[in-house]
Amino acid sequence: MKIKEIVELLDAKVYCGEDMMDVDLHSACASDMMSDVLAFVKDQALLISGLCNPQVIRTADMMDIKCIALVRGKRPTDDMIAIAREKGIALISSGHRMYSACGTLYAKGLQPGEITV
Amino acid sequence: MTALHLEFDVAGNNFVSAGSASDEVKKTLKMLGVDAQFVRKVAIAMYEGEINMVIHAGGGKAAVDIYPDKIVIVLADHGPGIPDIELAMRDGYSTAPDAIRDLGFGAGMGLPNMKKYTDSMDIQSTVGKGTTVTMTVNFAA
Repeated sequence: MKIKEIVELLDAKVYCGEDMMDVDLHSACASDMMSDVLAFVKDQALLISGLCNPQVIRTADMMDIKCIALVRGKRPTDDMIAIAREKGIALISSGHRMYSACGTLYAKGLQPGEITV
Repeated sequence: MTALHLEFDVAGNNFVSAGSASDEVKKTLKMLGVDAQFVRKVAIAMYEGEINMVIHAGGGKAAVDIYPDKIVIVLADHGPGIPDIELAMRDGYSTAPDAIRDLGFGAGMGLPNMKKYTDSMDIQSTVGKGTTVTMTVNFAA
């Protein structure tokens, strides 16, 4: 699923990564706990999170995650946007709650990521 | 023979810079053309360790040696130490305060994740003196 489709489905605002809208993502994981995210290793993934601090971006970067969708209308800080831009990560924010964001994307075919070590 | 030695000071209680040492190691490994999956394992293990030093120990030092066949990461701090390492290794066990959980950490998965992503992990800890974690990740043959 392309990032632009995710933006559309979640009615999200794009904070950075406008040039990445055609990047294709193959899987997603959703958590507010970063260690949960770090237990998941997969390429070309989306991270859905209600957590809004710079460690979300750092965690995503460690995992080579290409796009972060913040939920519940969280607005990223300038710090977060700067790190995401530097790391080449698209950062978007949606008014959806976690459950409906996940459900919406899942129903449209975005797969959960499997843990592969 | 050490091919490359890197050292970092990890600042305590700074959540904005936390992870920057792991970021540097990741960049270096990528620059060396190391396989992406391997880089990710090393980055995750070191990042979890770095976060632990920031949360629990008021920072510390990270030393990374990149050999032709493996990478060795030593994280040393002068924090409170771990009274019961076996308990600390248990999935879900955490002594992190709620303020840390609000930041997305403290789920009790840091040490288990570090063990999972490395080929060997050794923890030496003395209560009141500090902790040294040594992790080795072998390049795939």
